[in-house]
Amino acid sequence: MTDRTIAVDYLARVEGEGALTVRIHGRTVEDVQLRIFEPPRFFEAFLRGRGYAEAPDITARICGICPVAYQMSACHAMERAYGVRVDGAIRELRRLLYCGEWIESHALHLYLLHLPDFLGYPDAVRLAKDHPREVADGLALKKVGNALMQLLGGREIHPINVRVGGFYRAPSREELAAFRPQLEAALPLAEATVRLVAGLDFPAVEEDYEFVSLRAEDEYPMNEGAVVSNRGLRISADAFEREFEEFQVPHSHALQSVHRGSGSYLVGPLARYALNRDRLSPRATALAREVGLPESVRNPFQSIVVRAVEILYAVEEALRILDAYVPPPTASVPMPVPDHPVSGCAITEAPRGMLYHRYRVGATGLIEDAKIVAPTSQNQKRIEDDLRHLVERSLDLERAPLTDACERAIRNHDPCISCATHFLSLDLKREGDGA
Amino acid sequence: MPRTGRPRLGVFKFASCDGCQLTLLDCEDELLPLAGAVEIANFHEATSAELDGPYDLSLVEGSITTPDDARRIREVRAESRVLVTIGACATAGGIQALRNFADVDEFRRLVYARPEYIATLATSTAIRDHVPVDFELRGCPINKAQLLEVILASLDGRIPNVPTESVCVECKRRGTVCVIVAHGTPCLGPVTLTGCGAICPAFHRGCYGCFGPMDTPNTPSLVGRLTELGLDAGGVERIFRTFNATAPAFRAASEAARAGAKGP
Repeated sequence: MTDRTIAVDYLARVEGEGALTVRIHGRTVEDVQLRIFEPPRFFEAFLRGRGYAEAPDITARICGICPVAYQMSACHAMERAYGVRVDGAIRELRRLLYCGEWIESHALHLYLLHLPDFLGYPDAVRLAKDHPREVADGLALKKVGNALMQLLGGREIHPINVRVGGFYRAPSREELAAFRPQLEAALPLAEATVRLVAGLDFPAVEEDYEFVSLRAEDEYPMNEGAVVSNRGLRISADAFEREFEEFQVPHSHALQSVHRGSGSYLVGPLARYALNRDRLSPRATALAREVGLPESVRNPFQSIVVRAVEILYAVEEALRILDAYVPPPTASVPMPVPDHPVSGCAITEAPRGMLYHRYRVGATGLIEDAKIVAPTSQNQKRIEDDLRHLVERSLDLERAPLTDACERAIRNHDPCISCATHFLSLDLKREGDGA
Repeated sequence: MPRTGRPRLGVFKFASCDGCQLTLLDCEDELLPLAGAVEIANFHEATSAELDGPYDLSLVEGSITTPDDARRIREVRAESRVLVTIGACATAGGIQALRNFADVDEFRRLVYARPEYIATLATSTAIRDHVPVDFELRGCPINKAQLLEVILASLDGRIPNVPTESVCVECKRRGTVCVIVAHGTPCLGPVTLTGCGAICPAFHRGCYGCFGPMDTPNTPSLVGRLTELGLDAGGVERIFRTFNATAPAFRAASEAARAGAKGP
């Protein structure tokens, strides 16, 4: 009976620093650890004593890939604390900004980080030598997402135009209308992306996921909605901490989450699509059907197709918002000045899944307590489950292909390690393996 | 792997949000030509291929916050002909340097139920506090055009053409109306290094100092104006204590505000 350990010290093509260790005893996978060694940065601690209005800009710095998600969750949590509802054109502009981030983040992951796995290249630059048109399309799509964030946010990384209550400056109708040709050009690129990735070879895998995402009244979820699952859960954001529990494991700087009573769960594109497919836009719906995407995708490798469908959705949604846009009377809604502490929480859909923020703010407007639960901390345990199943199926593989397969299984979920600290390197340990 | 003759580029990450190295991938039009001109030899976020050093140019993102990272940066320096730090974390410790003003053990207890699992230093420090740095590119995040200029200049062996003036100068050049003068909005533009394109005032908000202090800033004078505009001592302390809180001029301004609030 041999014991072996497989190890990857530094996962590539993920955002942030992580590693993986798998310990195998004979034909039993004894332990799977996704180790997040990204250094802790203590956001929840230093948010204490900061002004409530500072939360969107400070928390944006948790992640350079999805700063808008942090800004949106922070703004909505503060507005709920102060009992202010932001609606109308400001709400639509927020959605438009989020479309920009979904397009940019998904195109980055799909073309630059994930597609090379399927076509057998170490990166997009080497992929571009043999598939120049595909990579050029991907970069063009990503650029449209970034340009949209620049237009509304001032810049693509850590946008400067978002504030609690709305924006500093709302764009004119003409400024948005001038952007229409770029979105129109992105439509065929997004459609070509869905067709391209739907034609890839996928390993035959089915996982039994508990999918958790927001579900909104009449739209694909971004900034609001109830928290729902494919196992009958339906709660408001206020009940999130009662339903889901974060805990600490010795091998990781990221906290892990479980659904109390049922264990690991999955957030992100697969969950959003499974629970909100009926809310997709016309072309995204038609193309998902045309390429034969099932109503619920349980093969994690096919997440690349779901991401492509969401890119197409975000482009169509951006066009819809842009065409209907009438500037708001004021760029932001003022917050009241209460004489007592307030608290509020909110969940929005970051490209990688639900992002929870909760704050308590004192009567002086200074934050007294903050809690942030990032999508990758929620997915971390579920990714470990995927890996355990993968290794159990692949015990006869040699070390190198098994290690590659593990890294691919991790990239399926687009983990964002920078976000999770509060994530990742691969150590596949088969004891007695000579390593 | 044999050397191709193209300069080798390494990208290294320490404590950070990944935004500054993402800036390189955000150069959608320039990424493939750049990858033809240099050999991307080490860039974990973008490639699983990893080539050995030495590297002709290393871009370093993030600050030093753990004992292991303090050791790793010395290894990166030893492998790098030219080492350029990118972004506020690498050049000034970043937002996570707010721990330098607090008790890190308390921070650890606040965030983690089992603080003993967490290896961290009491401070978050800039890369130049640990190893010699050839050029520092500032910003939270860095500016794309400036990054390309720094890469090209470093490979050509010349000094990068990166301005050292304040955001105010850029506002005048853009023709942006002054938000302090016209709207009474508190703004760090007079003491902050340009490079962002002076975007905040163009969006009707005050500069919040994400590029850190310009050369020889007159912070006491600006603090007087900020106070007239209604910022209390706590507000002044906080406005200088964000992404470049440990940059000397900003640190001095925030500490003066704190001392003033406490009285003589």
